[in-house]
Amino acid sequence: MIEARHITKQFKRVLAVNDLSFDLEPGGSLALWGSNGAGKTTLIRCLLGVFPCKGTVRIDGIDVRRSGKHARARVGYVPQELAFHDDARLGSAIRFFAELRRVELIQAARSLEAVGLRGHESKRVRDLSGGMKQRLALAIAMIADPPVIVLDEPTSNLDSAGRGEVVDTLLKLREQGKTLIFASHRPDEVITLADRVLVMEQGRLVQQTTPEALWPSRSSIRSMRLYIEQGDEYRAAEILREGGYAINHGNSGLTVAIEQHRKAEPMNHLAERGIGVRDFELLRDVHDDDEPEIGIATEQLSEVLP
Amino acid sequence: MSTINLNGAVQQRVRSERPAACLSFARSIMLIARREFRDALSSKWFLLYTFAFTTLAIGVSFLSLAGSGEHGFAGFGKTAAGLLNLIMLVVPLMALTAGAGSIAGERERGTLLYLLAQPLSRTELLLGKFVGLAIALICSLCIGFGLSAGLLAWRAGGVGAGAFLMLVVFTSVLALSMLSVGVLISVQSRRAGVATGISLFVWLGLVFLSDLGLMAGTVLFKLRVQEVFALAIINPLQAFKMNVIVNLNASLDVLGPVGMYASNEFGGSLPWLLTSVITLWCVLPLALAILIFRKRGGI
Repeated sequence: MIEARHITKQFKRVLAVNDLSFDLEPGGSLALWGSNGAGKTTLIRCLLGVFPCKGTVRIDGIDVRRSGKHARARVGYVPQELAFHDDARLGSAIRFFAELRRVELIQAARSLEAVGLRGHESKRVRDLSGGMKQRLALAIAMIADPPVIVLDEPTSNLDSAGRGEVVDTLLKLREQGKTLIFASHRPDEVITLADRVLVMEQGRLVQQTTPEALWPSRSSIRSMRLYIEQGDEYRAAEILREGGYAINHGNSGLTVAIEQHRKAEPMNHLAERGIGVRDFELLRDVHDDDEPEIGIATEQLSEVLP
Repeated sequence: MSTINLNGAVQQRVRSERPAACLSFARSIMLIARREFRDALSSKWFLLYTFAFTTLAIGVSFLSLAGSGEHGFAGFGKTAAGLLNLIMLVVPLMALTAGAGSIAGERERGTLLYLLAQPLSRTELLLGKFVGLAIALICSLCIGFGLSAGLLAWRAGGVGAGAFLMLVVFTSVLALSMLSVGVLISVQSRRAGVATGISLFVWLGLVFLSDLGLMAGTVLFKLRVQEVFALAIINPLQAFKMNVIVNLNASLDVLGPVGMYASNEFGGSLPWLLTSVITLWCVLPLALAILIFRKRGGI
């Protein structure tokens, strides 16, 4: 379904994606995993033909560089946060995309129904919550029933409930046989949704693996966010990565995928190398209804930290 | 032989797909244009410009009528002449700033990426925005001219309305040329504020500085009259002004030796030459904008 060969994208002196190749079969689900600046978003934009790049990308056999418009007609795109004219009403926004994709309005209505936004057509886009905006983006992505859905950190700005809704919708899409490519900072999402993972680092493909291989005891994997003293974040990310931890370095701290009963390990690992952890937070699983387990983890932390 | 047949089949397929591709191209442009037009109508800036232009146009019409003593021909002709300076100030400002905000505004809001991720080519998006803004601009001008013409027809009859109509056409073409320049500025700018700033600078250059520069250049370099004429008509505003004066059947002698030279040298073909210059200002910046937008490495 997707064939990417030697994709290279350079912005002046920065090599954002470096000679990256992969294949994705129809119905497959591929996660892009890596820290901020690893090149995930740039790769997604290259796949969509939004950024011109070296190498070739074929979607459903169509060369993106030569026939970008036709290739994109087979792709639904969900950005990190829906950016559409805030003054527009939800109904007119989805009508615009239905016309752009040459589909009947009834299909737009069905698409809204599928994400639970039917009845909100008169609301302005600016008045929608983050979760509703992402569901609208999903509705727009699915409007023409494309075989491929590309998502760029679709849940990063959502709360736990919003995340759960989006992940549920994506699971349904998987069941329908859609091909998914998504970038994520959350191991629980990758474990739930992906059957393959591309681990990226500084634009390079470091590893092409499965969620099971990346997190062997997948059922007990939790995401933990570490808040490191300013200035030490990059060093901490490097140390953890070298220590074999699957980490993501985002705007809001370092996210580490860790087994349920070994939560203090990465903090100890950093403490041994002279890096202090200012604060931490256990992130809720996509389908976890509990509050963040900060209290429990704090107790464990006081027992294990020097 | 089989290769030849295959090539033939491919060519036949390409030929059969071409009309569908053209239709799809036109539909995408019109869809974007419609959205752009709606957005322009709800834009406060656009409404403000329309209001300002309409008020000034009606004001000039009143003044012209007061001076002409209700004689129809004088009413339309004098109004057209009176409107000329107003148009040269307001219309380029409207069109340049509207064009400057088009792509840069979408880029700044983050909506450009989302649109480009849809089944839409960059050329379709740019042309769609241009067409939508062009229609909105022309509608805005028509409101101003229309109310002004209505007032003149009511008070002074319809004699000389042809010249007035030509003024509307020339003004629309001038607006398109300035919109084209604005769009070119927009594709190069990351922020709408920067694009608007550059467009204001260009407006200042075309309206005021080019005249001053030409005068200074003429004195300093002792330019010949044909050189001054050539330099003057490079500025689309000057080409527009001369074209309107010729169209009003007025003598270009009012423009001094350069006007006399133009009348003597080009005679009846002068309106065509001037129209060609303004048309080039419509086409070239837009073509350049499309080229740059398509070749951009990023968004």
